[in-house]
Amino acid sequence: MHIMWFTERQYHYDPETEPDKSRQLESAILRNRSFFGLPNQNFDPVQGSMLLNQYLDEKIYSEELGFDGLMLNEHHGTPFCLGSVMDVEAAVLAKATKKARIVLLGNPVPTVANALRLAEELAMIDLISGGRLVPGWVRGAGSEQLANNANPAYNREYFEEGVDFIIKAWTTPGPFRYEGKHFHFRFVNPWVVPMQKPHPPIWIPGLVSPDTVVWCAKKRFPYVALATRLEPTVELWNLYTEAAAREGYQAGPENFGYLQPVFVSDNQARAEELGKRFLYGGAFAHFARPEWMFPPGYNSKEATRRMARLPAAANLPGKPIHEGGGNETEEELEEIRRGVYARYEESKRDLQMIAGTPDYVIPRLRKVLEVLRPGVFSFWLDGPVGYKDRLRCLEMLGKHVIPAVREIGKELGLVDPFQRKPGSVPLAAGRRPEPVAQPEGLASMPG
Amino acid sequence: MALKDAVREERFKVGTDELIVLSGGSGKPLLVLHEELGYPGWMKWNEALSESRRMVTPMYPGFGKTPRAEWIMNVRDLGCMIARFLREQHLAPIDVIGFSFGGWLAAEMAANDPAIFSRIVLVAPAGIRPPDGEIMDMFTLPALIYLRESVRDSSRVPEYSALYDGGLSPAQYEAFEDARAETARLAWQPYMFNPSLPHLLEGTVKAPTLIVWGKEDRIVPASAAGVYNRAIAGSKLVAFDGCGHRPEVEKSEQFIKEVGNFLA
Repeated sequence: MHIMWFTERQYHYDPETEPDKSRQLESAILRNRSFFGLPNQNFDPVQGSMLLNQYLDEKIYSEELGFDGLMLNEHHGTPFCLGSVMDVEAAVLAKATKKARIVLLGNPVPTVANALRLAEELAMIDLISGGRLVPGWVRGAGSEQLANNANPAYNREYFEEGVDFIIKAWTTPGPFRYEGKHFHFRFVNPWVVPMQKPHPPIWIPGLVSPDTVVWCAKKRFPYVALATRLEPTVELWNLYTEAAAREGYQAGPENFGYLQPVFVSDNQARAEELGKRFLYGGAFAHFARPEWMFPPGYNSKEATRRMARLPAAANLPGKPIHEGGGNETEEELEEIRRGVYARYEESKRDLQMIAGTPDYVIPRLRKVLEVLRPGVFSFWLDGPVGYKDRLRCLEMLGKHVIPAVREIGKELGLVDPFQRKPGSVPLAAGRRPEPVAQPEGLASMPG
Repeated sequence: MALKDAVREERFKVGTDELIVLSGGSGKPLLVLHEELGYPGWMKWNEALSESRRMVTPMYPGFGKTPRAEWIMNVRDLGCMIARFLREQHLAPIDVIGFSFGGWLAAEMAANDPAIFSRIVLVAPAGIRPPDGEIMDMFTLPALIYLRESVRDSSRVPEYSALYDGGLSPAQYEAFEDARAETARLAWQPYMFNPSLPHLLEGTVKAPTLIVWGKEDRIVPASAAGVYNRAIAGSKLVAFDGCGHRPEVEKSEQFIKEVGNFLA
């Protein structure tokens, strides 16, 4: 098993030492109904500097604690994530760590106008790290297209062409000329190419978009589901496995990864109190307003058709912009806040957030691993939690939880993509593939 | 029977692509170029003008009805496809009326081939960067909000609820999304204008031209009207008081009178 550690690197204030600032920032996010688009007057560079350094220190420390992979991601124009150019953080980690994989899930290819430069940046990170880079690609959320002025109607075309081009730039001897539909490069001859051959292993993160899952299966790229609910994740695993069979291979744990929100502390009540902060500001439900999540053409026609028939979503009605939102009274805001945190019980029951002592957490992680059987597993810690508590969580994960998860992984045969190459187990034409996920376990959730 | 009920849908081949065209009314053909949210439906102004004109309304490829033509990647490409349709159906030279994005399309077609139009009506056309203000960004707003912003006060526009059949059905949601996606392919950047257009129009367009605008247009600021007016020598500019981006429904009677007289 490949075990990773991830955080969005949220911009926050510690609610215990700076309660007023923490609450003010959350109120601003709730009034905005969105992390994305919060005016950047709310950003204090001194606070940002402190947080970015803490997040890097945590990542470096987590290598010492036994994590195999340091996972990063990228978002733009939002306090949801300070890593707006994660390759910068990856470069720091490449130099400051020794053995952990630097796993980038992922670079939003459609938003990068110069894919050749991205190929060069990543090649440099691979070299500085001595061949420890795992690059990944994403289409980027809808709001990322707006923040980067990337035409959302060509998002999937940019994505597929960009990924193919980067791999070509890494693997085809230069110089050569590239004339694609959206990308044009007169002279492709990157001097620095990756150390890992033929190119670094590529993993793809996602929120269970069927199109992306099938594309991954065709490309033999492992698919890492980002804290998605278990039932649809099982369905998508099955979709991948069927698509893999059509490509002539049997998918296995090496083709799958899963990201799981977890918070560990010394006692159950404190762990849950801190774990609940994962929902700060509405969490992913308030990542961006619907019109920013789904800018024109970002969704496939099938996805648009499905959305059109969701009762609450038709035409995404909203307030006229000249009346504006954000005029909620303190009482109304408090009501919204209560609604946000009330979701904790549901996320606890569905194992969407597992917060507790190691004794509480480990059996629940076992359940997730039994159902999904991923070869890659990442812990996810987020929300406004003070540095001391975050470090304590990491230490307890390293000391108590990771060893147990490794044992479970061995027992369940959860091989990772470094132990068995994804797509390397042939499947004879016409033979039914073995499912990877084991949904029977869903019937007996520990809750 | 209202002429609306006689509107028929026709399919044409333009090269290897398909083009669906709505045709209604009788008399000399009038090319109608619809806006960026799609074809809003048959309104009072259509009913009035179609007594003496046959309205020819192409449903642009990718806007829902006509399949997308992948080679069409900008407004000029789309204009050239529609021009080919007009030539092959022996409709050119033809009178044209274009609304918002469709006004921009008409201007690009005229700049490209000045002989293609005999008379031109541009209704709050996009296409030129307003010297004062910005064109409202439809891509950051839900379709229904953009629609509401297009009139000065929706509660005072009797025909507002008829636009896009009310706009609330799942099928209309899909149609809006198709239109928005194709508009993004054509007009994402620079947003809704072509920096060259005033230069391309200058000294080129000789056809009599009427420019109609609402003085309180929140979609395409009325400051762009002057640029159009100067770029097309001899054009007539009519600006309505107390009117937003849709004079055809906000000032329906005056609109029908002005446009009717101009096209007579």
